[in-house]
Amino acid sequence: MRRASILTSEINPASLIKEVGSQQYGAMSLFIGTVREVNDGRSVSAIEYSAYKSMAGAELERILEEAEARFAVSALIVEHRIGLLALGEVSVAIAAAHAHRAPALDCTRYVIEEIKKRVPIWKKEHYTDGTREWVDPTRAAQVPSA
Amino acid sequence: MSTVTVQLFASYADLLGAPTVELPLAPGTTVQDLLHSIRSLPGASSLPSAPRVAVNRTFAESDQLIEPSDEVALIPPVAGG
Repeated sequence: MRRASILTSEINPASLIKEVGSQQYGAMSLFIGTVREVNDGRSVSAIEYSAYKSMAGAELERILEEAEARFAVSALIVEHRIGLLALGEVSVAIAAAHAHRAPALDCTRYVIEEIKKRVPIWKKEHYTDGTREWVDPTRAAQVPSA
Repeated sequence: MSTVTVQLFASYADLLGAPTVELPLAPGTTVQDLLHSIRSLPGASSLPSAPRVAVNRTFAESDQLIEPSDEVALIPPVAGG
C-alpha cells in the first residue's frame, strides 16, 4: 500500500507507523521533519507552508511510485502539512515498511530528498524580529534544513 | 487570439502582484515563448533567468508547446520538507 497526503491539520507520526506496520515486515523506517528555531543564522518564530496543491499531490504520488519500484517496500506513506506551523511542529512525516532495514531506511531518505527537489511546496519563515521571507534553497549560504 | 492563464505561487506571486496572469497565446507558442511574454509584465524583471514551468501538473521542457486548455504554472524554488 502507499498513500500521499497534504494536510492542514496536525501530523501524528505514531499513526503512520501503525498504518504501515505488520508482522510480515521486520523493519519500519520513520522520517520526521520539524520546524527549527534558527535558519541561516536568523531566529525563526514560525513557518508558513503553502503549496500548488494539485501538482504537489501528483508529484508526491510519482515519488512514492518510484520509491516503491526502487526499494520494493511493502508499505509507504508520506504526509506533508501546509499552513502556519509553530516551532517544533511536524511539517512532514514519511513511513516505510520492508522485511529488512536497509531498503526501509533508504526509501525514506529517497522520498525526503526528492520532496526537497521537486514537490511544489514553499515556506515563508516568520522571524522573531517581525520580518518574513520566502525560503529559497537555491540561494547560496543556506544551511541544509530538515 | 486565444489566451492562457498562468498560475503564480509564493515569491513569484509576490513579484508580479497576483496569483494568476492571463496571456495571449498564438498557435505554436512554447514554454520558452510564454516565459518571454511573462518577462514583459510589471515586476517580472526580478524573475530568475530560467524559472521552472509546469504544464498540467508536470514539469515542462522549454520547447514544449502550450495549448489554451493547459494548466500552466511558474514554479519558484521549492522548499518543502
